[in-house]
Amino acid sequence: MKDLYILAYAQNPIVADAKAANEVELIMPVVHEVFKQTGFTQNDIGFTCSGSCDYLQGAAFAFVEGLSAIQTNPPIKESHVEMDAAWALYESILKIQMGDAETALVYGFGKSSPGDLSFVTTLQTDPYYLSPLWPDKTSLAALQAQLLINQKVTSKQDMYIALLECITNAKNNPNALVTNAPNEDEYLAAKNLSSPLSTFDCAPISDGASAMIIGTEEVVKKLGVPKIKISSIHHQIESSNLGARDLSTSESLLGLSEKMNLGNVSFDFAELHTQFTYELPFIKKILNLGDIKINLSGGPLAGNVMMAAGLDSIGKSFELLKNHDFRNGLAHASSGPCLQQNMLVHLEKIDD
Amino acid sequence: MTEEKKDFFVSDISLSYQYTAGNATTRFLNKVAEGKLVAQKCPKCKAVYVPPRGSCPGCGVATEEELELPDTGAVESFTIVHIPIPGNPIVPPYVCAMIRLDGADISFLHLIQEINLADIRIGMRVQAVWKDKSEWDTTLENIKWFKPTGEDDVDPSAFEFKE
Repeated sequence: MKDLYILAYAQNPIVADAKAANEVELIMPVVHEVFKQTGFTQNDIGFTCSGSCDYLQGAAFAFVEGLSAIQTNPPIKESHVEMDAAWALYESILKIQMGDAETALVYGFGKSSPGDLSFVTTLQTDPYYLSPLWPDKTSLAALQAQLLINQKVTSKQDMYIALLECITNAKNNPNALVTNAPNEDEYLAAKNLSSPLSTFDCAPISDGASAMIIGTEEVVKKLGVPKIKISSIHHQIESSNLGARDLSTSESLLGLSEKMNLGNVSFDFAELHTQFTYELPFIKKILNLGDIKINLSGGPLAGNVMMAAGLDSIGKSFELLKNHDFRNGLAHASSGPCLQQNMLVHLEKIDD
Repeated sequence: MTEEKKDFFVSDISLSYQYTAGNATTRFLNKVAEGKLVAQKCPKCKAVYVPPRGSCPGCGVATEEELELPDTGAVESFTIVHIPIPGNPIVPPYVCAMIRLDGADISFLHLIQEINLADIRIGMRVQAVWKDKSEWDTTLENIKWFKPTGEDDVDPSAFEFKE
């Protein structure tokens, strides 16, 4: 296996409504920015992969339009995942490991403001038994949140503390959308969208895009940039049938933790792809993260660009390692209702 | 009479969206509402796009420079439609054609009328027939259709996309 490194990452300022700007206009600035950071052009990229969701745009094959943001002449090797761009990163890593490329450009984009996100995501659930019932995103999360509260895995107080930490951290993130947290009374008094979750418990509807460039050891040496290595990356998925899952735990996260030997790494921080407040104390407990710093970027509760927020966890971890005295970072990406699918990435700063 | 037992239900799938054209296409459409066809040019390969989508898909850069094009052009490709499409008010047979405006490097789909169907051909010179100004809006439907100008045909090799 080749050692792979993150070379560059860029994120647009997250906005609630990008107004007339379309997806291509959101993608171009971040792609140009990662090229600027590396000095690369598209000709230096061996493989390009994007993550997005056509239901967000409401048009079949809408992701193809996104390619207009990329130089495609001369023709490029390119792919797309109908998932968060964290999985586009995963596909890019496979491509490089197979020997088909030395570098990869990954981008994710999502403009959630044009539709009703709560129901748009419903169409990503099982089309036979679940999506015809039209369960909305918040209600599906509420199922798990209520169960975890009943089982005393978390509480509204825990959830408030998680929210407060994230939003306080977000003040250091110039791209964050939400930087004002409610006080505890306001939080506890808020009307539920779907019990036990109020608006404060949910990540904000967000528009934006992010991009990343990764490369092999040879490339990172040639560039002479800090060596932020992707030491380990794995993902696991649980059943699409909610009734077949034990929502009080996370088989996939436990499986990943074991597979990646997380207990043996002393992480300085974790960036978790948590779109609801209850997920923070829950994942902390499942992964046994103790008191390490969580979501120093603010995480999705401070700005949640669908199909990019998972890649953002990884990108923000890369930035934290690059800019601070940290050695090991844990990044998490998730997909599907009630944390159905999870990815964990161990990033490590390597001394020259 | 016993009630018929149903073992199924119908669940409609319908979502509504507020579609946005993009900043660049919005600028174009606002000019179309004034009866102008304003293309955008790639700063790298100099290709001229109309209608513009805000980027050059060959170079992956924004097409900021704008230039107004005439409403004349040539037929790059066409098809004669004989089959009625439900909900379409146009009565077949009619011509759908890819129109390459003079000065543009891409074409767009529009109608050709005021023509003998047997005469339609690639390279034929055409000009826009606009609706009455009072009906103009932010849409290419401000152009009712294109009609032949009777000028000499354009050599089809001119349609090749320049690298």
